[in-house]
Amino acid sequence: MNRVFINGIASISAQEDAVVENGNVALYSENNIAALDKNYKSIIAPMMLRRMSKAVKMGLWTSLNALKEAKIEIPQNIIFGTGKGCLQDTEKFLVQMLDSREGLLSPTSFIQSTHNTIGGQIALHLKCNAYNMTYSQNSNSFETAILDAMMKIGSGESENALVGGVEENADIITDFENFDGQLKQEKISNLVLLNSTTSGTIIAESAHAFVFTSKPNKAYAELLDVEIRLNCELENLNSWIFQFLDTYKLTSKDIGFVIMGNNGDARYDNYYKALQDSIFKETPQIAYKHLVGENNSISSYALWLASQIFKLNKISEVFKLNDIDMVNPKYALIYNQYLGKNHSLILLENA
Amino acid sequence: MISPMSDLHIELKASIIEQLNLEDINLDEIENDEPLFGDGLGLDSIDALELIVLLEKDYGIKLNDPQQGKEIFNSINTMAAFIEKNRTK
Repeated sequence: MNRVFINGIASISAQEDAVVENGNVALYSENNIAALDKNYKSIIAPMMLRRMSKAVKMGLWTSLNALKEAKIEIPQNIIFGTGKGCLQDTEKFLVQMLDSREGLLSPTSFIQSTHNTIGGQIALHLKCNAYNMTYSQNSNSFETAILDAMMKIGSGESENALVGGVEENADIITDFENFDGQLKQEKISNLVLLNSTTSGTIIAESAHAFVFTSKPNKAYAELLDVEIRLNCELENLNSWIFQFLDTYKLTSKDIGFVIMGNNGDARYDNYYKALQDSIFKETPQIAYKHLVGENNSISSYALWLASQIFKLNKISEVFKLNDIDMVNPKYALIYNQYLGKNHSLILLENA
Repeated sequence: MISPMSDLHIELKASIIEQLNLEDINLDEIENDEPLFGDGLGLDSIDALELIVLLEKDYGIKLNDPQQGKEIFNSINTMAAFIEKNRTK
């Protein structure tokens, strides 16, 4: 099996990239947070940009920047994960359908409402006819995209892949999550989110792109493995992680830092707390969803964050869940779940 | 014969800018005789679909022959003349 390295990375979230180092946090008190805007016009032609929803703009912007950093013009694979897809265009044509009483609809929003619009627009922009796949698997969408890319590169079929995770919010459809009790009913400052004792979380937009390659070059990290489970009982969580690490002859003591998906939902954060108080009690623990919110592909921020930590060999205090100092970490583990389902583990090694 | 600066011309330009999300273009930047597709305004086939919807929705004109579109959507002038002649609302 070929090895898989992370070479180019790019992020759009509710925080500036520099927060990793300087800890200057953007503060929010609402439960539905937009991603920070970028100067899209600087790299996307206005005639292309005019039809793009935020998900497409963010996906293309991060892809172009990750490819630029990895010095790859045309990737051999474009593989994206998105749980919700292009919500804004979906909402637009559904509203038009209602307003016109199922009469005339604008074709653009309908055409662009599918989940694979992001990957398609990236391919059109790059004039790239390579393998193009979009995975929509709830909060394991990004992890599934990683698995596909790892198989493509690991098997030797490809030397590189552009891999990403994108989620956008829409006014009406995102509010459905409110009805479903997924969002906090009260306003809460993002800085105290992880201490919350109520149900629900804060949701936000984000986009991340990575270039995976079979050669290390100046890699951020080596991607060792990804595993996903739809269900995992709390009492089986430790043994699953032990088994997962044991595949690489590792124990929890080998993990230089662990990135947890705590999101302030008192109903499900016990999964993370169980690990914090047991097998990773002596490990530097890092959280991020109080800064960038929750969404179906937000584990892509965790992968971006892990890559940055390996590169910088430090992390701002605002991410830390405990006081244990990080010392030249060799391995990192990312654990995520949403609503007690779709559990994932991502194992990385410092390159 | 409608005047080159009729209300219909202005209304059409405003509708096209709004419907096609031409945010960076002002009304006076679209010439009445400028080609809408190709080298002119640079519209494409998806825009053509949007213009067909615009004709039906705003002016009650249903295009039965897609080939007609090439002539009708040539410029603001040709669109305005066609609308003036065939509009039902």
